[in-house]
Amino acid sequence: MADQATFADDTAEFMSSLYSAALRMTRNPADAQDLVQETYLKAYRGYGGFQAGTNLKAWLYRILTNTYINTYRAKRRQPEQTELDDVEELYLYRRMGARDGMGGRSAEEEALASITDEEVKAALESLPENFRMAVLLADVEGFSYKEIAEIMDVPVGTVMSRLHRGRRALQKALHDFGVARGLVATQ
Amino acid sequence: MKGEKDQADLGCREALHRVYHFLDGELTPERRDAIAHHLDECPPCGGAYGFESELRKVIANRCHDQVPDELRDRIAAALDHETEASGSTGSSGPGASSRA
Repeated sequence: MADQATFADDTAEFMSSLYSAALRMTRNPADAQDLVQETYLKAYRGYGGFQAGTNLKAWLYRILTNTYINTYRAKRRQPEQTELDDVEELYLYRRMGARDGMGGRSAEEEALASITDEEVKAALESLPENFRMAVLLADVEGFSYKEIAEIMDVPVGTVMSRLHRGRRALQKALHDFGVARGLVATQ
Repeated sequence: MKGEKDQADLGCREALHRVYHFLDGELTPERRDAIAHHLDECPPCGGAYGFESELRKVIANRCHDQVPDELRDRIAAALDHETEASGSTGSSGPGASSRA
């Protein structure tokens, strides 16, 4: 049984990533701060029930996600878009990556290296919520399918489906930013 | 396609289809080996995999945000308050004992 006295130390390393996740979820810095604070409070109160040695990060993210769904999603007035248009696989690679000839490899590396923080964040935040959360948990935070399923309280199959479609949509969004920047030739 | 001659070989289509599961580390060891083998042997698929792998790193690395000091302070204060309110020993804070 975990001890509240060590809570602050045990959880300090996760605050930054929880805050980033909160920003992606709420898309609003003030709400993100409130969400993280509420998450920490709930985690603290429930810390006695956390089994030391199990995945603390996943446990915290479960609280963050539940708090977000119960508090912020409920507040939102506009209905959330739940579907995504189909996007072909390897969307970005086919437009940025597949180059013949000598300059190909470095052009591709250059294109990837030039993607900015703001673009990645905006591309993620442009995804509908369920897809956004799945992609952020997998690709930014590195959770397994099983961990994501527990965090989002959905079956593993749903996680895989959301990742499959969400990642493609993310690539399309990144591509569109690249086009806007004049980086990628429109075809 | 290379896949025809050896049962363990994968075709390009299948390798690309599973490239994300491969990147996610979510394949059985057998499947993983089969795909790794194909990616080594097939330059177009290897190229696609290399790009997707780099893109994954970009996404992971570009999504950091600085935690505002005010948030750290708020959380520390809230936890102190909580400790006090529950009557357990913890760092002392301002005198009020009512819960927030």
